Amino acid sequence: MTTQEQAHWSDRDFPEAAKELLQDSQIRSNVRHATNVIQAKRNNVVGELSDWQQLRDAGAAIRAHSLAHLHFYLAQFEEACTRAGGQVHWARDSAEANRIILGLIQKHDAKEVIKIKTMTSEEIGLNQNLEANGIHPIETDLAELIIQLGHDKPSHFVVPALHKNRQEVREIFKREMNLPDLGERPEDLASAARTYLREKYLRVKVAVSGANFLIAENGAVCIVESEGNGRMCLTLPDVLISLVGIEKVLPKYRDMEVFLQTLPRSATGERMNPYNSIWTGVHEGDGPKEFHVVLLDNRRSPILGDAESRQTLQCIRCAACLNVCPVYHQTGGHAYESVYAGPIGAILTPQLHSMTEGRSLPYASSLCGACYEVCPVKINIPEVLIHLRGKIVEEDQKTFSGKFGMWNMGMQAAAFLFASSSRLSLAQHLGQIGQKLVVSQNGVIERLPSMLSGWTQTRDLMPLPDQTFRDWWAQRKPSADHGIVKEESDVE
Amino acid sequence: MSNSSDARTAILNSIRSALGRSMDASGIAAEYDAIPRAYKREGTLGRDALMDLFAHRLAEYDAGVTRCSVEKISEEIARILEARGRRKIAIPGGLPDGWLPKGLDFEVGTHFDDYQLDRMDGVLTGCTVAIAATGSIVLQNAAAQGPRILSLVPDYHLCVVFAEQVVETVPESFAQLDGMSALPTTFFSGPSATADIEMTRIKGVHGPRFLDVVLVV
Ligand code: SF4
Repeated sequence: MTTQEQAHWSDRDFPEAAKELLQDSQIRSNVRHATNVIQAKRNNVVGELSDWQQLRDAGAAIRAHSLAHLHFYLAQFEEACTRAGGQVHWARDSAEANRIILGLIQKHDAKEVIKIKTMTSEEIGLNQNLEANGIHPIETDLAELIIQLGHDKPSHFVVPALHKNRQEVREIFKREMNLPDLGERPEDLASAARTYLREKYLRVKVAVSGANFLIAENGAVCIVESEGNGRMCLTLPDVLISLVGIEKVLPKYRDMEVFLQTLPRSATGERMNPYNSIWTGVHEGDGPKEFHVVLLDNRRSPILGDAESRQTLQCIRCAACLNVCPVYHQTGGHAYESVYAGPIGAILTPQLHSMTEGRSLPYASSLCGACYEVCPVKINIPEVLIHLRGKIVEEDQKTFSGKFGMWNMGMQAAAFLFASSSRLSLAQHLGQIGQKLVVSQNGVIERLPSMLSGWTQTRDLMPLPDQTFRDWWAQRKPSADHGIVKEESDVE
Repeated sequence: MSNSSDARTAILNSIRSALGRSMDASGIAAEYDAIPRAYKREGTLGRDALMDLFAHRLAEYDAGVTRCSVEKISEEIARILEARGRRKIAIPGGLPDGWLPKGLDFEVGTHFDDYQLDRMDGVLTGCTVAIAATGSIVLQNAAAQGPRILSLVPDYHLCVVFAEQVVETVPESFAQLDGMSALPTTFFSGPSATADIEMTRIKGVHGPRFLDVVLVV
C-alpha cells in the first residue's frame, strides 16, 4: 500500500464525501455542463456508425481474449519490445514501480521529468514519490497542468479538470505562471500553457508516460491524445519511461482498427482524436535513445481469477460510463475518493485494493444500466457491482459485528418475512398498527426511526393503507370469465 | 536485475494461477481467429464521394483544404505558403524536387536540432495513407515524411495527400500499415486541439496550430 496515495485521497466513504460535494454548486454545475457536452457529442458520432454494435462485440471479444491469455501475450510483448530495442521491467506493486522509475531517472541524473497524463502514475502516487526524492515532475496535459498547479486532484480520467471553469483556471495560471494580465478566453489559457511548456519540452531529458495499448505481436505502444503534448514527450527527450498496467495488451497491430474507432468516439465525442502515436522500441534518429516499459500488476492479476469480475480489466478508460452516470452527474469525481471515479471506478477501485478499501463504492449506483449500454467493450458494470456487493456482504457476515449488526439482522428478518405469505401478511397487520407512532398529522411518514431514517431524509413515505392489496384481493368475488383462485399457498 | 526477473516470474505465475487453465499457442491462435469481426472493413464510396468526404472532415477540424492536379503541386504550395506568409519551411528527406517552388527557403529537417526547428515557419510533408471517414492523415518515418518531431515542433503544417492514398475506413488504413508497423507512426486529425477547458475545442496547444492539406486529384 502506498503512503503517497493515502496522502492524496482520504479514506472517507462515498456517502460522506458525496454529501460535502453536493453542497458545492459551482463544481456541480461545471460537471453537469461538461458531461452534457461530451455526451451529446458522443451520441452524435456513435449514432452515425451503422456498425457500432459490431465494433462493441469485436472490442469486447478482443479484450476478453487478451485477458484470458494474458501471460502468453505479455511474454510475447516483452520479447518483441526487447527485440525492437526497448527495455521491459516488471513491477508487482506501487512501491516496486516507483523504485524502478526513480532508479531510471536517477541513473540519468535528471532533476526534472516531463509527463503525459497517466492515471496509472496517479494510481502509484508517482509524483509524490518523485518530489520526495528531489525530482520535479512537470505535467504537460493541459488539464493535468491545471490540477498540478492548482494543487488539486483529478475528477475524471479523460478530462481531469472538468470540475474547473475558465475563471478558476485563469486564477490558477495567473498565480502560478505569474501572468497578471492573462485573459479568460480558453484560447488565452491554452496559449499560456503552450508558452509555459514549450521551453520545458526542449530542455528536459526524461519523460514519463502511460499507454493506451501494448501490441504483443510487434512490441508496439500506442498513445492517444489531443494536444500534442504527448508527441512532444514521446519524441523530444532522450529517455522515455512508459508505465503500463499489465491488462493493456492487445494481440495484434490490426486490433487497433477497432479501438481507434470506439475509443475517441466514446471518450471525447470525436471521430478521431487529434493525435495517435504508435512506435516500437527505439529508432535511430527519431525519438528517444532509451525506451523503458514498466509493466505494473498492483493487484490486477488476482482479479483475473474471479470469472464474474474479470471483465473489469477489459476497460479502455474512455470514461463514457462516467459521463452517462446519474450518480457521477450529481457528485462529480472527487466523491469517489479514488483515482478511478464513476461506474468503472466503483468496480475497479475496491478490487485493486483486494476489497479492503472503497467498500462503499459498489453501492454508489442506482443500477440503471446506462454504463453498460455505452461501454465500448461491453463491461456489464451493474452485474459486477451486484457481484461485489454480494462479496462485501458475505465478508461482513463472517465478522461478529457484521453478523449481529443491525443491517444483517434486519435483512435476515426481511428475508424470513418475505419467504412466507402468512408471515408477510402478519407483518403488514403489525405494521398498520405500529406505524401509528410515526405517521404525522398530514397523513404521511416524514421521519422513519433509526437505520431507516436515511430513506426519509429527502422524501416522505406513504403509510401502509388500512386495507392491504392482499386483503382486497382475498375478498374480491371471482368473476365469471377470470377464474380467480382465492386460496393462497405458502411458498415455503 | 535479479529483482526484476523475480517480479516477472511472480506476476506471470500469479496470472497463470488466477486463470487456472492454459492453452498452447495454436489453441490461442485458433481462439483469436474466431473473434467476431462483423464490423465494416471495406469502404463503399466512389472516388469523388470519397474525396468530398475527406475534404469535408478536414474542414470540420478547421484545416484548410485545396485540390490540384499533379502538375500543379508546386504552384499550389507556393500559393498557399504565400497566403499564409510562411517562408522558412522545414522538409523531410526524400520529398520530390518537383514539389518545391523556387524562391522559398526550404531546409531538410534532419540537419537541425529541436531549437532550430522551433524557429522555422512551418513544415511541408507527404503522407503514408489518409482516412476519409475520420479526416485523419497517417505519417510514418519514411521518405517525404521524416522523423516525428519534424511535423510536430513547427507551428504550421502543409501536407500533400494523393487521391490514391485516401481510404474510407479505419480498418482499410490498418490493412496498409500492417506491413510497415515497425516504423514510428503518427495519426493526426486536424491541428492540435484541446477541450480541457469547459469542453470548448481550442485549436493548437502544442502541435502545429495551423494545418493545410493539398489534395492531389
Ligand atoms: S468501463 Fe467501459 S465505458 Fe467505462 S471507462 Fe471503461 S471502457 Fe469506458
